[in-house]
Amino acid sequence: MKRISNPWAAGLFGVLNLLGLSVAQATESLTGGPAVMQMNLTPAATKIAEEQHFLHAMMMVICLVIFVAVFSVMFYSIWKHRKSVGHKPATFSESITVEVLWTAAPFIIVIFMALPATKVLVAQKDTTNSDLTVKVTGYQWKWGYDYLKGEGEGLSYISNLDSAQRTLSNEGAKGDVPNDYLFRVDNPLVVPVGKKIRIITTADDVIHSWSVPAFGVKQDAIPGFVRDTWFKAERVGTFYGQCSELCGKEHAYMPITVKVLSAEDYSAWAQAELKKAAAKADDPNKVWVFDELFKRGEKVYATNCVACHQPNGKGGGPIKPLDGAAVVLADDHAKQIQVLLNGQNNGAMPSWKALSDTDIAAVVTYTKNNWSNKTNQLVQPAEVLTQRSK
Amino acid sequence: MSAVLDHHDHAHDGHDDHGHAMTGWRRWVYATNHKDIGTLYLLFAFTMLMVGGVLALMIRLELFQPGLQFFQPEFFNQLTTMHGLIMVFGAIMPAFVGFANWMIPLQIGASDMAFARMNNFSFWLMIPAALMLVTSFFMPGGAPAAGWTLYAPLTLQMGPTMDSGIFAMHILGASSIMGSINIIVTILNMRAPGMTLMKMPMFAWTWLITAYLLIAVMPVLAGAITMTLTDRHFGTSFFNPAAGGDPVMYQHIFWFFGHPEVYIMILPAFGIISQVVPAFARKKLFGYASMVYATSSIAILSFIVWAHHMFTTGMPVTGQLFFMYATMLIAVPTAVKIFNWIATMWRGSMTFETPMLFAVGFIFVFTMGGFTGLILAMAPIDIQLQDTYYVVAHFHYVLVAGSLFAMFSGVYYWMPKWTGVMYNETRGKIHFWVSLIAFNVTFFPMHFLGLAGMPRRYADYPMQFADFNAVASVGAFFFGFAQVYFFLFVVLPCMRGQGEKAAQKPWEGAEGLEWEVPSPAPFHTFENPPKLNAEANRIVA
Repeated sequence: MKRISNPWAAGLFGVLNLLGLSVAQATESLTGGPAVMQMNLTPAATKIAEEQHFLHAMMMVICLVIFVAVFSVMFYSIWKHRKSVGHKPATFSESITVEVLWTAAPFIIVIFMALPATKVLVAQKDTTNSDLTVKVTGYQWKWGYDYLKGEGEGLSYISNLDSAQRTLSNEGAKGDVPNDYLFRVDNPLVVPVGKKIRIITTADDVIHSWSVPAFGVKQDAIPGFVRDTWFKAERVGTFYGQCSELCGKEHAYMPITVKVLSAEDYSAWAQAELKKAAAKADDPNKVWVFDELFKRGEKVYATNCVACHQPNGKGGGPIKPLDGAAVVLADDHAKQIQVLLNGQNNGAMPSWKALSDTDIAAVVTYTKNNWSNKTNQLVQPAEVLTQRSK
Repeated sequence: MSAVLDHHDHAHDGHDDHGHAMTGWRRWVYATNHKDIGTLYLLFAFTMLMVGGVLALMIRLELFQPGLQFFQPEFFNQLTTMHGLIMVFGAIMPAFVGFANWMIPLQIGASDMAFARMNNFSFWLMIPAALMLVTSFFMPGGAPAAGWTLYAPLTLQMGPTMDSGIFAMHILGASSIMGSINIIVTILNMRAPGMTLMKMPMFAWTWLITAYLLIAVMPVLAGAITMTLTDRHFGTSFFNPAAGGDPVMYQHIFWFFGHPEVYIMILPAFGIISQVVPAFARKKLFGYASMVYATSSIAILSFIVWAHHMFTTGMPVTGQLFFMYATMLIAVPTAVKIFNWIATMWRGSMTFETPMLFAVGFIFVFTMGGFTGLILAMAPIDIQLQDTYYVVAHFHYVLVAGSLFAMFSGVYYWMPKWTGVMYNETRGKIHFWVSLIAFNVTFFPMHFLGLAGMPRRYADYPMQFADFNAVASVGAFFFGFAQVYFFLFVVLPCMRGQGEKAAQKPWEGAEGLEWEVPSPAPFHTFENPPKLNAEANRIVA
């Protein structure tokens, strides 16, 4: 049976059952997503969402009070001022005082509504000082996540609806339908708890909208443009949302799942993912030819090394030169690889073990054969792999 | 169609002087008489209401249960798109033009609309446009499926029917502009001597303002869809991001049309309610002047609020603040109108025939739509609700319980004048109560779905949303049947002349020149300008 905590909902559900209309599937509420017969906003997991809830509750109270007041007058009038009870029509049809009063009253009420809304709006648009920046790209019909800045930088993957659930939808969602029907994805977005996450949205084809109700976030992903929003999850858990801008036929099938992990769990996840990604990028056992590896090494050098060691490889000041350096020219590759993997001089030369084996092999090959270094030595990724385990 | 209405020709009153009038199909195809054209408009609008309604019921059928049972998602998107387009451009707008054609000349003491032949043209233009829209379902690739808002760049992916849809909207827009010019010229030039603007009935006032809105924004829509067309076929890139275009610009242009459009669909409704409430309260409309000012300020404000439809596109904070404040401001004149109607009822001598029931129902349910509008106007809350079923609930509260209920009110109110017979009161009451209840059963649960985060335009949804969707679907079918009942058992008998013969002024408290002519209104009225009393609401012989 369904678990329903709301008595109103329970009553309604009872009526439905009587009418024989219930879909009669053992659906339960989805924590972090919608509840069965949910009648209010999704429980907040961020401060902003809490503020939105407060605003909504405030508006509901004000609107209900006005509604009841205004329509009590109307129904009183309907009750008392009927022809059938012998009421004779009055003849008034104008009163400047009343008109001014009831123009001013709503105006003042509206101002009092706008004040707290302004505060929340300004807060939710402030995307500065984020701890982690993730680019979200909408595709027809999946989401792409790229970790641009912060822990996990460089991660990049695609998030798809579980294909079994898509099939289930085609079959009419009969039988044993999972609780997270249309919400389960292969690769959820993973973020640390209590950190400000800046989401940059864009799209590849048409407009999509990245939305997670529990975070109070909804931001259109517009092709050709970047927009941003942010959230800071207050608790660990999994949270769900769905694409919220019509994007073609599979619009209903590109959910958003966000896993919020504790700081330690997140670090572990990011490390593991980065390693996996690096490993996936290049087979460390591939045997490279010189030109290919040299070219790649040039790129790696330009991205990571050139700032200190300079384009001419001569370094400067405390930075050691590579051009003509003994460790670079040596026939034994092990020492140079170890310097790259573990760093040197208390981190003046940082560790580059986050680079893939292939990248390290490439940049070593490049330094051994550039400038005046003409060793004709080739370092294969397999050698780096061996050194990693030492 | 003509057979149904032929009793016009042999109505038994002495003023009947159209021996020379055309008969048979010619009467309708060559129609230049404002009453005939009004009838055509109303019948056309009702036909489109039925077509759009069938599409809506197909949507609700698919959404009755989670999972895809009847339609594939691409077809579902065609349904939502065409339901929106047909209801907005085919049902609501033409229906109000029908009311305007019938009632404005009668209310202001004019013999006909100013441009009788253009009037004919603007009606008959709509037929090919409607055919093009409806038959697009059977063309290669199916109907357009980009939503009624036709957002770029999704429109750039659509099949050839997108082009026929754009063409259809061009034609409908041209028709609307012609209709508006006709209405403005008629009202400004053809009022009977003594009927100053500030003595004019509210319905004519609201239409005057609406017509200006239409002329201002229909070309904007035409521009937006023309740019879409050239993006699709002629290598321009106004909205195509792949070539440097800006899809958000489309939304700005569309909603610059779209928001005044919302008021185009509700202001004439306000006008009808402002006629009906005083008639059945037997008391003059409270605050006539402030009603006129409130309507005008709503119209003016409608031009500076468009981007509240776009809070999630990522506007700068100052932009969001401006559009939030401006939108909330609209609550002020709207509240004034509600207060004025209730003050009109206050200490009146009310009876509750069907027109009044629909008017009170309108005030009650429309106000709910107004409040949800206010809630949606708050940008921080809108982030939660944008593009969810909350929005769907909101605009059906203002367009169905608002515009459509007001039109029903107007139909019942003026039906005796149009057909010369009284409608069946019991049937009218059945129609009202079934419509009111079924409407709320359909759309009230959508607020909950929206708050829980169910996005709109979804062919399938998570299990948690199943119950309220089932309720909504059941309500929708009852609502649909109620409208078929209305046509078959209320409208049709009246059109056939079956029923109690209506007096010249069947409503005790009704005021205005339309009640100064016999029922049914003769083919030609006010051929010579009538002489009016000081209030300009009676003819002094």
